[in-house]
Amino acid sequence: MDFSANCPLPFSASDRVLLGHGSGGRLSHQLISEIFYPAFANPLLEQDHDGCVFPVEKGRLACSTDSFVVNPVFFPGGNIGDLAVNGTVNDLACCGALPKYLTAGFILEEGLPLADLQKITLSMQEAALKAGVSIIAGDTKVVERGQCDRIFINTSGIGFVPDGVEIAPAKAAPGDAVICSGQIGTHGITILSARESLGFETALKSDTAPLNHLISRLLAEIPDIHVLRDPTRGGVATTLNEIARSANVGITLDEALLPIPEAVKAASEILGLEPLYIANEGLVLVILPENKAVKAVEIMRRFDEGRDAAVIGRIDSAGKAQVRLKTIYGGHRIISMLAGAQLPRIC
Amino acid sequence: MQYIDEYRDSGRIKALAEAIEREALHPWQIMEICGGQTHTIAKYRLEEMLPPSVRLLHGPGCPVCVTPSSIIDFALEIARQSNVIFTSFGDMLRVPGSKADLLQTKARGADIRILYSPLDAVNLAAGNPDREVVFFAVGFETTAPVHLTALKEAERRGLKNFSLLCSLFAVPPAIEMLMNQEDNAIDGFLAAGHVCAVTGNSDYRVLTKKYHCPIVVTGFEPADLLYGIYLCIKQLESGRSELENAYKRAVPENGNPAARRLMDECLEAAGREWRGIGAIPESGFILRKKYAGFDASEKFGFLKNKKNLIIENADNQCIAGKIMKGAAAVSDCPFFGGLCSPEHPVGAPMVSDEGVCAAFFKYR
Repeated sequence: MDFSANCPLPFSASDRVLLGHGSGGRLSHQLISEIFYPAFANPLLEQDHDGCVFPVEKGRLACSTDSFVVNPVFFPGGNIGDLAVNGTVNDLACCGALPKYLTAGFILEEGLPLADLQKITLSMQEAALKAGVSIIAGDTKVVERGQCDRIFINTSGIGFVPDGVEIAPAKAAPGDAVICSGQIGTHGITILSARESLGFETALKSDTAPLNHLISRLLAEIPDIHVLRDPTRGGVATTLNEIARSANVGITLDEALLPIPEAVKAASEILGLEPLYIANEGLVLVILPENKAVKAVEIMRRFDEGRDAAVIGRIDSAGKAQVRLKTIYGGHRIISMLAGAQLPRIC
Repeated sequence: MQYIDEYRDSGRIKALAEAIEREALHPWQIMEICGGQTHTIAKYRLEEMLPPSVRLLHGPGCPVCVTPSSIIDFALEIARQSNVIFTSFGDMLRVPGSKADLLQTKARGADIRILYSPLDAVNLAAGNPDREVVFFAVGFETTAPVHLTALKEAERRGLKNFSLLCSLFAVPPAIEMLMNQEDNAIDGFLAAGHVCAVTGNSDYRVLTKKYHCPIVVTGFEPADLLYGIYLCIKQLESGRSELENAYKRAVPENGNPAARRLMDECLEAAGREWRGIGAIPESGFILRKKYAGFDASEKFGFLKNKKNLIIENADNQCIAGKIMKGAAAVSDCPFFGGLCSPEHPVGAPMVSDEGVCAAFFKYR
């Protein structure tokens, strides 16, 4: 008589996240060994400590943290996973650091399909590989259905700042050029159009991408860059206002030079939004002495994520923090900080 | 963008500005009625392109701004009820009622959602049969048919849990009110093209005759506005007062008959309080009795006598009303940019992007 040693019930009966996955018990370990470890595998992660011990180089460290709650979780061009990796990588890179290590904290809603978690985890690893960083510590909590929106991810990161690199918003100075690394507004419009209730579609994709390779090449060839910032929430307008305040300078953008794709312009017209306030995820603003601008643009265009790099304005005064836009008709208007969330206009 | 870029073309803009300068031999004050037009004027700095003799006055045509705080207070009262999903276009959410706004009320737990179309509210009602879904139907004649389309759709689907909280205004009575002001200084009007695209031009033609004042139906892009101003000034310089259509690509003489039929079927004229301006007879619309089942003010017991709508408490010392009547400029306001900003609006025109104060704050 044939006989099988297999248990008639598979070990994991659920294809969804259960409260038990956050209990610290068997289900938690299963999540770690079946989803997180295979994706993020590296010797630092596998120390089986409560944390991770790692060596540091001499010099300065940069540290950054960011939480991701994007809705929808999956969108054209990426998902919450690569967004979470790229976001912290880019924050570190904009400090002038070479990003090295990330941690990942997950808050999962009971009922999240495990397949989704796996997909998200794999794209985190893909993004980490692309950026050249390792995920060296992590944590998972599960909350009851309705207490979070499917999945929230926090990533924190550590990078090493090379000697001689001094990036700071306060260093922006009159005579500097403002360079934008690519097209403005694609991430925000992609997310808006991916939300079911909007009922319009675009061919846009999120620009989420790691910028550290582009930035480290820039810094290697042009060490006297003054400011690097990624214009995420609040968009280019808000980021430039922050820089203007830190350095107490006036910044003037040239409307005719702004790289705004037609689809972003058209969607903004319909929704009553301003492209300069729309979030970006794979964009960096570079502020540096004007005589280095041509070289910087040429370097950035060597990279996929910098192929549309262009000078969009300059810092033309000191003593008053202000961002202005020279309109296509030659008039000037003030570009202020975003007041609250950008709300659609009514008619 | 096709159909937009042509009307922003700098060569065309420059030619129009020069033509206006050539025509304008006397000082003239022209009022654009619509907030969308004010927005374009501020955004593109069109006033800088006009000769000093031509002054633009910015009218009351932002429905968000003129919705009185008593209606907003009532909206808050409805939204706080636990069985209600209160829905609205985004820019109503920051408009202050007498004590709070919708955003603050949402943060305190009310189920308030921003939608881009009232039809989404109908779907929401269908998907939540045990909740009452209310849409804040704010607008001029432009948006009224959209709200009513949602109402008809709810009726077709037999939904009993959908209603509109109406704050609907009509433009021509506001023009009459402005013309009847003592020391009225308005020489000509730019009418709102989108409104006329629905209503047609005949009411405005009557007004040109009655008040001997030119009215030019005007669009919303920079070239549209300059062309409207140009035609208005030509009329003023030659002593004519006619209805002209500078927005023929969107506005047929009779407007949109289907939309007008829908409005006639569902709405009746009613007196309305305009925030900052005061009560104007027959200056808005309420739902007809047969649609009481879709009328949130009936359902939630807002007003016993809707004909005598709402007496607004004097809001504060905000001069928004004077600004919207053309009697004061934004720069005359002591609060502008200081106490009053889009983060902390004192008056409603600082809230919506189309409010005159917000447009000029944003594009200083």
